[in-house]
Amino acid sequence: MSVVEASSPVVPKNVRKTALNAVHRQMGAKMVEFNGWDMPVEYPASIGCGIIAEHMAVRTGVGIFDVSHMGDIRLAGREALAAVQHISMNDASRLAIGQAQYSALLYPQGTFVDDVIVHRLGEDEYLLVINAGTREKDFSWVRDNTRQFDCKVEHLSDDFTQIAIQGPKGVDVLQKLTDADLSAVKFYWLTRGTICGLKNILMGRTGYTAEDGFEIYIPPDEPTSARVWYAILEAGKEFGVVSCGLGARNTLRLEGKLPLYGHEITDTINVWEAGLDRFCKMEKPEFIGREALEKAKAEGVKKTLVGLEMVDRGIARDGYKILDESGREIGYVTSGSPAPFLKKNIALAYVPPEQAAVGTTVKVDIRGQGVKAQVVPTPFYKRPKKAAKSE
Amino acid sequence: MHYPTDRKYTREHEWIIADGTIGITHHAQDSLGDIVFVELPKVGTVITVGKPFGTVESVKAVSDLFAPASGTVTAVNEELATAPEKVNKDAHGAWMVKIKMKDPAEMNALLSAPDYEKFVSEEAGH
Repeated sequence: MSVVEASSPVVPKNVRKTALNAVHRQMGAKMVEFNGWDMPVEYPASIGCGIIAEHMAVRTGVGIFDVSHMGDIRLAGREALAAVQHISMNDASRLAIGQAQYSALLYPQGTFVDDVIVHRLGEDEYLLVINAGTREKDFSWVRDNTRQFDCKVEHLSDDFTQIAIQGPKGVDVLQKLTDADLSAVKFYWLTRGTICGLKNILMGRTGYTAEDGFEIYIPPDEPTSARVWYAILEAGKEFGVVSCGLGARNTLRLEGKLPLYGHEITDTINVWEAGLDRFCKMEKPEFIGREALEKAKAEGVKKTLVGLEMVDRGIARDGYKILDESGREIGYVTSGSPAPFLKKNIALAYVPPEQAAVGTTVKVDIRGQGVKAQVVPTPFYKRPKKAAKSE
Repeated sequence: MHYPTDRKYTREHEWIIADGTIGITHHAQDSLGDIVFVELPKVGTVITVGKPFGTVESVKAVSDLFAPASGTVTAVNEELATAPEKVNKDAHGAWMVKIKMKDPAEMNALLSAPDYEKFVSEEAGH
């Protein structure tokens, strides 16, 4: 059989490393190249890890991720809001200081440059958190399309080590390390505080796991990054914290139907097809892509993103074809995997709207065999609402 | 890791015992990570040395299984259909298929345990 590359002691050339690279290697993580970055895909079974264990830890306890490969763009100045409004599809004017929203940068044809989280840091200051593989493209796009505004655009991607602390116990772990009152921070809000003696650290109650949790932005030097990483692992011991790699990050986001750039959203897929309508505010008078989206809405979509659950034995994988009952090709899988928490084989796929109704039976072409699957409601997983506060 | 000396190994990380029992190596399961799906041929299927005869899937990836020798499948480890994780727990015990070998001399071309161990450590260091 062909096996995945074992962790090589040397980082391949032209591949970037986060400040935690040595930590991952020291912990015995299996490393892979992801969008030009040398990143951990999973940590070893000998320390209680592996994709399934890491996934389960985040759903039931807490896990931490190095997400320093994510990029950051800061827009600041008198017209920063107008600039953000022009380049993004959600309505940033609704953001209070300290609040964040999911949004996307669009091309004029209404397709995706990238999806982003827009944070409002101050009166006229915004931070866009962007994907690793699209850093340079996104920065050029933002800079080139905001020249007409009185606003400074800075690429801060290398200014932070970004760590995600995710899971129902995430808040408890981080609270042990900071003076900030995290219980006062709602989902998709931010705060600042001291963490491990580091002052004025940005902490957002955000993530990419369909779970509660925080993402923190600390100084990017190796000693500080390693010190905080190990401090979180130490503080999380009583909650069974584990370190998690990109493998679990992918299965967690898939269960929550969170789109991944290059898969569910690309430069040829528009907002309506991707089903991201609720993050696209057409009542905004102007933003890049709006005109094309108005037209596309009137014309109707030719394909739409659905969730599939395998009925028969088999795992749908990225790129596999979707067939109708007669065997005719009607679509394709964008992401497919076993879902460790749901214990089902699930997938996201583009199919024609006529085949998108929940309950529709389709087939997935798995190595030449049509394996039965069914359209199911999404997200596949939704985190349980917290019980009413007792105190 | 100690690789049992009662069998031979392929460079594609399968093992075979002289009685025709076939599985994948400890190194293979370690590289794959959590194994969630194993697809094996039916009894009676003829498999050919060096050619795919099944697949094994981890959470992240699909890999072909290559036949270490030619022969006819006489038994399939049905247990792996519902408990594929057994391969992670004990790769050298959790066999996949048994075959009646067409030409037992084919095994001479395969790696001995020490040679396979050396091969794996060189592969990891490249």
